[in-house]
Amino acid sequence: MVRVLLNVPKQVRKGEPFDVKLLISHPMESGQRRDAMGLAIPRDIVRRLVCTFDTEEVFGMDLFPAIAANPFLVFSAQIERSGTLSIMFTDDHGVVQTETAAVEAV
Amino acid sequence: MTGLPPRGACVGRRFLLIAAAGTLLPAIAAASPVQVAVLIRRLIGDATVSEGRVKLDLPVLVENGNTVAMTVSVDAPIGAVHSLHIFAEANPLPEVLHATFGPRAGVPRIQTRIRLATSQTVVAIARMRDGTFWQDSVELLVTLAACID
Repeated sequence: MVRVLLNVPKQVRKGEPFDVKLLISHPMESGQRRDAMGLAIPRDIVRRLVCTFDTEEVFGMDLFPAIAANPFLVFSAQIERSGTLSIMFTDDHGVVQTETAAVEAV
Repeated sequence: MTGLPPRGACVGRRFLLIAAAGTLLPAIAAASPVQVAVLIRRLIGDATVSEGRVKLDLPVLVENGNTVAMTVSVDAPIGAVHSLHIFAEANPLPEVLHATFGPRAGVPRIQTRIRLATSQTVVAIARMRDGTFWQDSVELLVTLAACID
């Protein structure tokens, strides 16, 4: 489990786009670096991230080692009714973590 | 995928020698514009890519390649963009990210922080729902490179 900050407005206007801000505290070890012994440090990154609103897909992203450590991401979403926005991401160890936030549409 | 020796593998003299050589020489294999062109071709198939509509916002002079703020936006109405793809021509791995926009996505714009290994050209490709492709590229100068540490 890593620390995740998911920032969405509590209340949004129906059909009006709003920003979803995400910060994942993850080392995003690229697999290109070597340690003091000269041995390669194994890769450890967040591979895939999916954002859904209730059951509808909002946004999906494949990440590569070229994403900086502690990935920060801003994207946009729009909703017609109140519901739950969830972010699900998978890392190199196959660990799946989900973060949710309730959003009210007015 | 990474091509690393398996963990816990026998670390022989030969491997240590190779490893030592690896630390002395910055032997980081960089991708090439050709490799990026191949990836883009695989992405677009037989279609053609036009300049414009996509706006790749990156600083032209990067002080620290470990975190470079990047904003990509597409000049298109909501729902018109299928996906966005970013490539860095001289990174060890040229792919940076692939993003897809679902039916509930809002404005076609994403903002994130990327790593850049050296001075190079970064390319953004947008795939529209109507099947057209648009691109933008930024040539930038990196003073402190990522990846080498």
